[in-house]
Amino acid sequence: MQPARTDSNTKGNGLLILLSTIKGMGPLLGLIALCIAGTLLNGDFASADNMMNVLTRTAFIGIIAVGMTFVIISGGIDLSVGSMAALIAGCMIYFMNKLAMGVGGVMLAPLTIVVLGICMAIVLGAVFGLVHGLLITKGNIEPFIVTLGTLGIFRAFLTYLADGGALTLDSTLADLYSPVYYATVLGTPFPIWIFLLVAVAGAVILNRTTFGRHVQAIGSNEQVSRYAAIRVDFVKLSTYMLLGICVGIATVLYVPRLGSATPTTGLLWELEAIAAVVVGGTALKGGEGRIIGTVIGAILLSVISNILNLTSIISVYLNAAVQGIVIIAVAFLQRGRK
Amino acid sequence: MMSVAVSFQDICKDFGPVRVLHGVSFDLAPGRVYGLLGENGAGKSTLMKILAGYESASYGQLVIDGKPQRFANSRGAEACGIILIHQEFNLAEHLTIAQNMFLGHEKRKGWLLDDAAMDSEAARYLQQVGLDVSPDTKVRELIVAEKQLVEIAKALSRKARFLIMDEPTATLTSAETHRLFSVMAQLKADGATILYISHKLDEVERNTDEVIVMRDGRFITREPTAGLTRQQMANLMVGRELSDMFPAKNVPAPDAPVLLKVEGLNVPGWSKDVSFEVRAGEILGFAGLVGAGRTESFEALLGLRPRAGGAIHLNGRPVDVRNPRQAMQNGMTYLSEDRKGKGLHVNLGLRENLTLLTMERYAHPWLDLKAEKQALGKAIDEFNIRTRDLDSKARMLSGGNQQKLALAKFLHSDPRVVILDEPTRGVDVGAKRDIYFLIHSLAAQGRAVIVISSELIELIGLCHRVAVMRAGTLQTTLGIEHLTEEELIAHATGTH
Repeated sequence: MQPARTDSNTKGNGLLILLSTIKGMGPLLGLIALCIAGTLLNGDFASADNMMNVLTRTAFIGIIAVGMTFVIISGGIDLSVGSMAALIAGCMIYFMNKLAMGVGGVMLAPLTIVVLGICMAIVLGAVFGLVHGLLITKGNIEPFIVTLGTLGIFRAFLTYLADGGALTLDSTLADLYSPVYYATVLGTPFPIWIFLLVAVAGAVILNRTTFGRHVQAIGSNEQVSRYAAIRVDFVKLSTYMLLGICVGIATVLYVPRLGSATPTTGLLWELEAIAAVVVGGTALKGGEGRIIGTVIGAILLSVISNILNLTSIISVYLNAAVQGIVIIAVAFLQRGRK
Repeated sequence: MMSVAVSFQDICKDFGPVRVLHGVSFDLAPGRVYGLLGENGAGKSTLMKILAGYESASYGQLVIDGKPQRFANSRGAEACGIILIHQEFNLAEHLTIAQNMFLGHEKRKGWLLDDAAMDSEAARYLQQVGLDVSPDTKVRELIVAEKQLVEIAKALSRKARFLIMDEPTATLTSAETHRLFSVMAQLKADGATILYISHKLDEVERNTDEVIVMRDGRFITREPTAGLTRQQMANLMVGRELSDMFPAKNVPAPDAPVLLKVEGLNVPGWSKDVSFEVRAGEILGFAGLVGAGRTESFEALLGLRPRAGGAIHLNGRPVDVRNPRQAMQNGMTYLSEDRKGKGLHVNLGLRENLTLLTMERYAHPWLDLKAEKQALGKAIDEFNIRTRDLDSKARMLSGGNQQKLALAKFLHSDPRVVILDEPTRGVDVGAKRDIYFLIHSLAAQGRAVIVISSELIELIGLCHRVAVMRAGTLQTTLGIEHLTEEELIAHATGTH
């Protein structure tokens, strides 16, 4: 047999690796550039308080975006996450308030109620994800259509539940629950820790488990995956459940912030979550992507909105427009990428 | 009709780092029928795409009627009267025949389309090729052979003076083939040049004036058809005596255990009542025309398509295979004919491709990337895969090396029953020989091997028995002493 491998040109290779590293660093370089710009525009930007504030606000979208990364890498999409978060928040508050009035004459301890509420939020997220997954795989409907439909359904149910107004959490419960958003551990707000945990878990699942490998394989080519004995339907369904759970976790962190849910809760979160994933370098047609990219993408988007808040160059009302422009610009730069 | 003279001068073509044409030079005189011979991957199709404007040469020159030409697209070639009829048709399924024929060349009356004029002209060309359907029939309602004729009619409507036909008879019945040949004779009489690519050497022998042989991206030779026997053509294509391409067959013991037994397999719309068995150490071939239902039967066997009945016994035990995972767990894997669409993740790395079927072997529960890398190194040596580095994507490999990687992938689970669908499609002669020897050694290790192939030479050289399918039924299974091209073709076309 002839030697099967020829030695590669180390010098050329090194250059290639450097180039691809720089390309992979794009979002990070963008974030650094934005931070420098922010500091120059307003001295308060670089303060520790402001940084923590930005990161805490990033946590909701960031956690959802981690789940969204799986869905998009597998070749799917979920447009309903904002409405789903709103409905979960509404159900959670409704359920906790009912429990606070006593179950069959028995009063539950407030802590028990909060724990039950948290569990309910996560289970509800998983169930919504399961429904999406079943409709998409067994029902064989485009993910875009399924989640466009539930986008409307979820928000309508919340509006119905809130009777067009706001659902507000019982004040005793709200006081007990508020540390989940406001508390700090080692000087860092609790939501940031959860965000970090979800991101690390997401990265490990994506890169170091059979499930993660299968998600990438399906997004890269579903047909080949089917022929390679992968349970395509099961894996796709699981990505939607995973995203649903992420939405549940994000909602658990969000509810104690304001203690209420209104028809505008979670509005446009789908835009921000999808933008974070795309800005982070995940191809919208699936197949490849990185969790760290998504995390940077999410931070980058909230830095933009923070800068708009702190400065008066562009009205803060145009925040969503800026995000929309960013997502289109990044997709433009991704053109032609295989 | 004016005819057109073509001259290839030192044409080279690179796809990325892979050179598929190495300085091809030859001339084609007007008004003749040429047979272009070569195995899959010899570069015939690429050369013809360059001539017809679908690809451009990396180096070298194309000279048409004495003038150097460089077509930017197929329209440029069409303007010179050069038209390629693709193996896969270029028809818009949802449009009518007339709409397809005039696509991009629509006749207009002022601002509006002149459908009446287009329909009547289309009808004239349809009549010329002997297709008796209305020009406002939607193309998706036609059978494959009719689409073929529509393509030819479309070429006529574009005033073709140089017609390239790539495997035009692969999907035709013998009556339809006959009709096609009379259309070709008519075109030749009108002064057109025809370049005919086919694996069917008997058709080449009957219908061409001269044959041109290509191999591994190079021009090899040209000879008047009259001076060649079919055996000589085959040897020229392969580039060596056929006996050298294939390992000597060792006949399996007659009492070797039956590893796969299939009874009464029904695949709705594709095949009826297919029954066969394969023993340990045996290579069973499946011959048949395109559309005979071979691939579909095996996809159904793996649970990739719905089955309506059929019993499967693996290793003597009845099993109900509902998906490829169950098949693999029962020791059977299937390598698809469609390497890029169903066999390999071309955009993923070599390592990810190799271990995809056997992930659980590397997950404890975190994936052991080091073990995966070792497995890749081993597979690269074992299957003689040539790659510049271990981290490259599968798409960067040449066709032959991609195929070897795909084989490694589907053999990585150590199956007892291996089904290989067109295992040498699109690979060069050297890789072909490697694959033949690999298949031989799989059988020698006591596995049962099934080879589905459209290349009769391959089936004859490799298999112990060959099952022939036609129109969804298994016609016959020929033993080693009956394996000749004539016999296989006769059963496959129903002219036995």
